[in-house]
Amino acid sequence: MSARQELKILKRSVLLPPPVLSIEHATLTYGETTIWSDLSIDIAPGEFVAIIGTNGSGKTSLLRAILGEENLASGSITIAGKPAGHGSRDIGYIPQHRGIDPSTPMRARDLLSLGLNGHKFGLPWGGSKEKARVNHILDCIEGHELANLPVGLLSGGQFQRFRVGQAVIAEPDLILADEPLSALDLTQQSIIADLIDQERKDHNAAVLFVTHDVNPVLHMVDRVLYLAGGKFKIGTPDEVLRSDVLSELYGSPIDVVRNQGRVVVVGTRDHDHHPNEVWH
Amino acid sequence: MNWSDIFNFDNYDQLLPLVTNSLIAAALLGLAGGLIGIFVMVRDSSFAVHGISELSFAGASVALLIGVDVVAGSIVGSIVAAAVIAMLGSRAKDRNSIIAVLMPFGLGIGILALAMYPGRSANKFGLLTGQITAVDNVAIGWLVGITSLVIVVLAVIWRPLQFASLDTDVARARGVPTRTLGVVFLLLLGLAVAASVQVVGALLALSLLVTPAASALRLTSSPRLAPLLSVIFALTAAIGGILLSLGGSMPISPYVTTISFVIYLVCRLAGRNGKVAK
Repeated sequence: MSARQELKILKRSVLLPPPVLSIEHATLTYGETTIWSDLSIDIAPGEFVAIIGTNGSGKTSLLRAILGEENLASGSITIAGKPAGHGSRDIGYIPQHRGIDPSTPMRARDLLSLGLNGHKFGLPWGGSKEKARVNHILDCIEGHELANLPVGLLSGGQFQRFRVGQAVIAEPDLILADEPLSALDLTQQSIIADLIDQERKDHNAAVLFVTHDVNPVLHMVDRVLYLAGGKFKIGTPDEVLRSDVLSELYGSPIDVVRNQGRVVVVGTRDHDHHPNEVWH
Repeated sequence: MNWSDIFNFDNYDQLLPLVTNSLIAAALLGLAGGLIGIFVMVRDSSFAVHGISELSFAGASVALLIGVDVVAGSIVGSIVAAAVIAMLGSRAKDRNSIIAVLMPFGLGIGILALAMYPGRSANKFGLLTGQITAVDNVAIGWLVGITSLVIVVLAVIWRPLQFASLDTDVARARGVPTRTLGVVFLLLLGLAVAASVQVVGALLALSLLVTPAASALRLTSSPRLAPLLSVIFALTAAIGGILLSLGGSMPISPYVTTISFVIYLVCRLAGRNGKVAK
């Protein structure tokens, strides 16, 4: 091992905090199809990483692999120093939004207390500590007035606020958010994104944020993991969201246009798998 | 028809001590049924209750035929059904079709066993539609044992089971063993069904395991109030049924099912304009 390599390892172990999430040479396949291969990324505490890519590029599959719902063909995933198992208490998870049956017997505040204590055995008699914590989160998400409503009666944006509250209430090291902004209007998008970002700043949580549109979170993003056609690019938005980089990734001409602080990727509609890729 | 066959309170003070066992059984069954019913509703497993009851009936009938303990046979039938449903039906759609396949098979076996049984036919019907006579001492031992086990285990796994039932994806992400909990739930359900079959019979188990919880959820979404109301409703139906049936010469079950149904109707009306109790 050269002195230079040793120094690099030393620097990593001494100067940098250990990564919250470490993915090493991970490959995921469905039958014959390779979703992505040899994916390696270390995510530091407090880092905001956006996972972007077209439908079917394996964004959600990556989250599922981290949650132990998908078995890697090769490679490994480590969460807070421990190999990824079936879920983890170190993770706060915001699943992709699906409609909830209005008759579901769960109030909005129950989402929060389940996020805090749902894994613990026993009866749901939360003590004063749980109550205080739930109230604090209700403050943060401005949810006091909605707290006693059945979840099925909340609007998309209201529900998503409680989902964020649920994901952060136990102060996880890692927040996994799967398209948390989909189907929300611009105002709601920025409320949800800001809530997640605030938690990152308050508790130094790392955020893995799956989105098909990077613009609502562009100013928060430290790095981008761009998935396309089984390949990927990792780097700062300025390093990855460039015409030459994405053209190489897709293997076809891509134009990345920056307009008034927004990033627009044009040309991926020519790509076989993803005919509708247009960012606004 | 003679009304005194249905409602008759002559000599009530002398009859009451004779059914102490039944009342204890009904109280425990009401408690267990009211509690597990909440999860039956939340997990959309009403059909599983019905399917397991038929297999429980088959187990009891076969036990009657071969001369072993009927309650034990009923438990074996229930547990086998619950285990098969748990193993083959992890997805809701699969689950329902598996139950639909199992149910007539179980009923068929039960009818065959009863047809071959040389004893009195009055007892045979009891397994399907409930007992007329008071629960005897052997059966009460079983009932206390089964229902206590159900209540205790349910209390221990309550919160993770609630998480797993209401918010499966997030529960899994948080490391809650949702599949194991689902299996444990079905086994507990099997036991609760076996217990209700002894009192109201296989065809009417739903009235103690589903109707009270369905009524409660008409009124509230609160995770604490709903089980409480469900238990109160189940107790009212089970104990009330026995008390009303005491003097008449009718089985317990029509009283239990009618009380249960009336409670449901009242709750439906009361909960018509949204949930009244938050």
